[in-house]
Amino acid sequence: MQNLIDIKGVTHAYKTKHGPLPVLDNLNLAVPEGEFAAVVGPSGCGKSTLTRLVAGLMKPDRGEVWLHGELVKSPRKTVGMAFQNPVMLEWRTILENVILPLEIVAPTMPKAQKEARAVALLEMVGLKGFETKRPSELSGGMRQRASLCRAIVHKPDVLIMDEPFGALDNFTREDLWQTMRDLRAKEPFTCVLITHDLRESVFLGDQVIVLSGRPAHTQYVLNVDLPADRTIDILYEPKAVEMLHLLRDQIRIAQGRDGDIH
Amino acid sequence: MEQLQKIGVPLAAIIAFLAIWEFIVWVNGWPNYVMASPSDLPAAYAKFWNLFLVMGWQTLWRTILGLAIAVLFGTLLGMVMGFSKIARDALYPLLVGFNAIPKATLVPVLALLFIGQHDFNTVLMAFLISFFPIAVSVGIGLSTLEPEYRDILRALGASRFTIFRKIALPKTLPEFFGALKVAVTLAFIGTNLVEIVSPHGRGLGALFKSGETNGDYPLMFAVLIALAFLGIVLYYGVVALEKIFAGWAERPAS
Ligand SMILES: Nc1ncnc2c1ncn2[C@@H]1O[C@H](COP(=O)(O)OP(=O)(O)OP(=O)(O)O)[C@@H](O)[C@H]1O
Ligand SMILES: [Mg+2]
Repeated sequence: MQNLIDIKGVTHAYKTKHGPLPVLDNLNLAVPEGEFAAVVGPSGCGKSTLTRLVAGLMKPDRGEVWLHGELVKSPRKTVGMAFQNPVMLEWRTILENVILPLEIVAPTMPKAQKEARAVALLEMVGLKGFETKRPSELSGGMRQRASLCRAIVHKPDVLIMDEPFGALDNFTREDLWQTMRDLRAKEPFTCVLITHDLRESVFLGDQVIVLSGRPAHTQYVLNVDLPADRTIDILYEPKAVEMLHLLRDQIRIAQGRDGDIH
Repeated sequence: MEQLQKIGVPLAAIIAFLAIWEFIVWVNGWPNYVMASPSDLPAAYAKFWNLFLVMGWQTLWRTILGLAIAVLFGTLLGMVMGFSKIARDALYPLLVGFNAIPKATLVPVLALLFIGQHDFNTVLMAFLISFFPIAVSVGIGLSTLEPEYRDILRALGASRFTIFRKIALPKTLPEFFGALKVAVTLAFIGTNLVEIVSPHGRGLGALFKSGETNGDYPLMFAVLIALAFLGIVLYYGVVALEKIFAGWAERPAS
């Protein structure tokens, strides 16, 4: 199968007052079409930088990012993005917020059709009845759901999410994991999810990529061979628990603390 | 009930203000040429009502036209400063310096530059005095736009103009209207300044001046009240526009 996302030897450094700050170092990552890659790594190792490179918002110093067999040089209409902060436009209703990408990607689509699409998505994530509300009238979790809808409303073939559930409480988070799983079953997309939650990475991922400390390179890749229709319970089964332990150890190594286990 | 309170409370405040004014004049036994009292004003309005209408209209349209030009120019300038750091660095000291000049000193300068063009001079002054807050607020609003907001659309390959139209512009509207409330008052002051200072002026300012030359003190005070009234009308006109275009920024009271 062709890799829909192919990141080859990407190296990047930020220019700062104190000279260049290397953030990514020869990073490789390949995600086959329709698969879900969860990326974990120590704080500040360069995860957000990676998402910006994949989205074409930035160009790497060295190395290449390929999407759909094409070299990424600038942003593409076929990418959907969800950020850690569910940036909602306060002057638009929830429905109008979700429609926003369609106004850019499919300006000629009739308004009714755009709205129908958004309404269907909002219903899928449990926001039926909130279409005409303002973002300020929703809770953080609800805003995050709406932001998910906005990220996929234009049917992107690549979805990039940067710690989208990071700021939520545990129950809401588990709820949204299941929402993600259901969305994926209905409308397949290839996904890169940045997270700092190992359980999240195992529950949602087909593979989990552990990044090393800054400058980040691919330190470890775990294949999550669990069934696609997972429930939260699966996280308590021996197979998943074993994976979580393994990932935990990898994160310790990434943090440079492999010496002080136990 | 709420509606009643909205209108009733300010109305009561105005009536109280007039009553206190009347009372102070009465207690001190001031004659008209020291300080007119509210009860003298109706006579002044009745005598000069047509002048008030004509002059009031002149003051009003020149203020609005000056303000409209200030909005256009100020927004453009703010955009330039918001998008380009070089432009910001270059223009800021110039703007601050210009804003610091007392505008009264400009009246004779303008009068000499454009002799006899009274309407033009007045509109120009209303514009000059009021574009600064608009330019600054738009400039700051655009330059402090959080990158996340931009990235929502940039990640889809949207053009700079689209990002400006769909994100930056609406996002700066609350600040813009905040500045517009200041600007409308300034423009009004600018208009009156020219009307009062320049010879053979028109508008309420000139009516005030004629009251002064003729020693008609009730007329002078009547003009002041009319100016206050026009100022209120203009201000609440802006508030109404704000409600329509930036009402979303208003959070429900909690
Ligand atoms: N625009 C920038 N200019 C300079 N340095 C930057 C910039 N953006 C990020 N950095 C630095 O690059 C490093 C990696 O940043 P990045 O945001 O990619 O990390 P991250 O893995 O997403 O962190 P977190 O887990 O906290 O979200 C950090 O040390 C950060 O300070
Ligand atoms: Mg980050």
